[in-house]
Amino acid sequence: MSRVLISARGLKIRFGGVIAADGIDLDVLEGENLAIIGPNGAGKTTFLNMATGYLRPQAGTVSFLGQDITALPPRTITKLGIARAFQIPQLFLDQTVLENMMIAAAAHAGSMSAFRHLLDLPERKEVEDLLDLVGVRAFANRKAFELPEGQRKLVDIALALALKPTVLLMDEPTSGVASGEKLGLMDILTSALARQKVSSVFVEHDMDMVERYAHRVAVWSSGKIQVVGPPAEVLKNTEVREHVIGI
Amino acid sequence: MSGRLVSRLIIAAAIVVAAVLPIILPSWATLTTLILAKGIVVLGIIILLQAGQVSFGHAMFFGVGAYTIAFWGRYVGPGDLLLFLLLGPLIAMAFGLLIGLFVVRYREIFFGMLNLAFSMVMWSLLEKLYAFTNGADGIRVARPTLAGIAFTPEAFQYVLLYLTLGLVLVVSYGVQRYLDSPLGHMLRAIKGNETRLEYLGVSARKILLIGYVISAFLGGLGGVLVATAQQIATPEFAYWTKSGEFVFIAILGGIANAAGAFAGAAVFETVRFFASAQLANAWQLILGVVLIVIIMFAPNGLIGLRNRRKAQAEVRP
Amino acid sequence: MDSTIVILAICDGISYAALVFLVSVGLSLIFGVLRIVNVAHGSLYAYGAYMAATLSLLVAPISPWLTFPALLVASVLVGAIVGGLMERFLLRPVYHLEEVLQLLITFAVFMIMDNLQRMIWGVQPIFAAEPVKLLPNISILGVNYTSYQVLLLPLVAVITLFGLRYFLRYTLAGSIIMAVTEDREAATAIGIDARRVFLITFIIGASLAALGGALASPTTSLVPGMGTDMIVLSFAVAATAGLGQIEGAAVTALMIGLARAFIIYIQPELEVLVPYLIMMLVLLIRPMGLFGVNRVRKI
Repeated sequence: MSRVLISARGLKIRFGGVIAADGIDLDVLEGENLAIIGPNGAGKTTFLNMATGYLRPQAGTVSFLGQDITALPPRTITKLGIARAFQIPQLFLDQTVLENMMIAAAAHAGSMSAFRHLLDLPERKEVEDLLDLVGVRAFANRKAFELPEGQRKLVDIALALALKPTVLLMDEPTSGVASGEKLGLMDILTSALARQKVSSVFVEHDMDMVERYAHRVAVWSSGKIQVVGPPAEVLKNTEVREHVIGI
Repeated sequence: MSGRLVSRLIIAAAIVVAAVLPIILPSWATLTTLILAKGIVVLGIIILLQAGQVSFGHAMFFGVGAYTIAFWGRYVGPGDLLLFLLLGPLIAMAFGLLIGLFVVRYREIFFGMLNLAFSMVMWSLLEKLYAFTNGADGIRVARPTLAGIAFTPEAFQYVLLYLTLGLVLVVSYGVQRYLDSPLGHMLRAIKGNETRLEYLGVSARKILLIGYVISAFLGGLGGVLVATAQQIATPEFAYWTKSGEFVFIAILGGIANAAGAFAGAAVFETVRFFASAQLANAWQLILGVVLIVIIMFAPNGLIGLRNRRKAQAEVRP
Repeated sequence: MDSTIVILAICDGISYAALVFLVSVGLSLIFGVLRIVNVAHGSLYAYGAYMAATLSLLVAPISPWLTFPALLVASVLVGAIVGGLMERFLLRPVYHLEEVLQLLITFAVFMIMDNLQRMIWGVQPIFAAEPVKLLPNISILGVNYTSYQVLLLPLVAVITLFGLRYFLRYTLAGSIIMAVTEDREAATAIGIDARRVFLITFIIGASLAALGGALASPTTSLVPGMGTDMIVLSFAVAATAGLGQIEGAAVTALMIGLARAFIIYIQPELEVLVPYLIMMLVLLIRPMGLFGVNRVRKI
């Protein structure tokens, strides 16, 4: 049986009158791609926020490889090996794509020099390979704000990959990417993840994607997990079909 | 001719002017020293502006540098400029570290205001503790020796000028290296997207603290030089309008690189010098108008003006 | 500490707090809506004071009682003309620029206003104490104090506080200002004309600063630099309260006013430090200010 990487137990949080998490229990296993689906406002992003320390749950715990990480800030959790890509790309807009990536690589390598030139660091080759992998190498010397939304999304994911994480959490990785390119991107992404032995969690609205790339799928509904299981079973579940997929 | 080459030629010309002009016009020697020394302080402001943070209290480090040498003269005795140039910035750095540990937890307006608060505390202590500081009159600073050699006043103003010029070159090179380094880029990343920086495993506070301490160092260095050139340290050195002046000069020159600090300081001090001579009562008004015009028509500063022209030139086939 | 001094300190503190409240609430209101810290706010305070003194000296020969409306007229004049021109022609063109640059525009205005003030009113102290002399002194437990300072000033502050509350909560214009304060994007998205809201808010805020100055003018001599000190103090109050917090500004002004008044009787050298020390202490414990709210950015 695979090792448990992230383990959430009894997570609860409410914003004013809205209960965004109402007792979330979930394990993320080594080597899997876990999809999270559910209607808007079900608390999917809130879960990622709690798992990475951006929000602190009002009850419950999150642990990573057995270590309690509930009260830790995002930077500490990131250093432990959980990286995150965002629904709205979070980039350094005034810096070039290459600089963005080199900052991530320098952060991961702990190269906190005040004298060496950022672009002369030894990580440069790896970074350029990563940009090749997600297909944005051509934009390397463009400022991030000049990129179209879809390309920014790819850079956002590449930034997370540059951290060589154990687990990668992605919030709608293919939203904003042109529909014809979604499959290609996910193919590249999942094979890269498999090659680097990175487990992943991804929030997704496209059921094709879930069916194709997820090993397991967790269905969110009003702050609760309705059901978890292999996509083939879960997506057949009539209740899920009615409430989540809307067929 | 490439833009890079033009930039270098302009910088080289500026250095030559700063070095040669005061020989032809001796009255310019002290003014040039002041321009260069204030430019050093402004470099510190530029560092913080990279992170999108503006300190409305940075003159406190300028004050620390100036009063280091003033207090030494008053309580210890005659000293050597080399010692002061080491001691002033180091003490300013120590202050920067202590105050920085507190202020780097805040951003934008709160960062600016807390710096302002600290500088006001320092200013009022300097002004109220009359027994130690002579209050608003300030403390006179005797002409120090340099490496043990005493100079005549005439010779000393040139010694100080060339020493300052040398320091400017060293410090500008160092700052430019820092801004190009991983730490410098992470500093800019705080402005760009602090959330992402934290999600890369980097402590934004730590990155900002490093920048803050470096900028305090530069403030202290400028303070030592200006107090030596003007032979006095007064509480005014740490007052908030002085801080505002430094921010003003930074924006005037442009914050994209080190050269802007000195271009801004040169324009500011020259305008002030002539305006206060010709229109004694209106120099502040003139500077205010200049600032508004710069912001409205050249928000990237004087250096930005040149870069913009360059960018347009590159578009042409 | 003897009881006379305690009563004096309380009276000093309350009257001072009333003035500081008026100025800082104006600053806070402007920040809440425009997201700009107006460095020239202290200059508006000084102009209010000088204008009030000029008008008072002008009307006093006709009837000394006319000096009271003169104070009010002075503050509205300064707020509407100086504040209005400043927002319309200097701030509006730079709203699209970085916040640092907007802040610096107000710094430039401060420099210009400071300089013009010396040109218009000179550097000699000006006295115009008519209004204080007209109102009787009152005795509080045997301590004599001017009713202008201990009754009128706090009364104006309280009226302003409740007036503002009423205006912001129960009038259409006020609700619009509140909506822009809380969520500028959403407010403009539903068709609120942000430009008008900005102008009106700025004039109100500027008038409040000028009102503070006008009310202060009979109690003190007017000298260059009076605005320079007031600006940092009102910053401190507004930040301690939490920027944009109106009731908070009142509580904080009272706290700082009283603390400062007591320190003057105990250790006068430390007077200037009090507001900043309180501000640092508060922000250390509550980074958003006493009454500020923390907002989490959506990612």
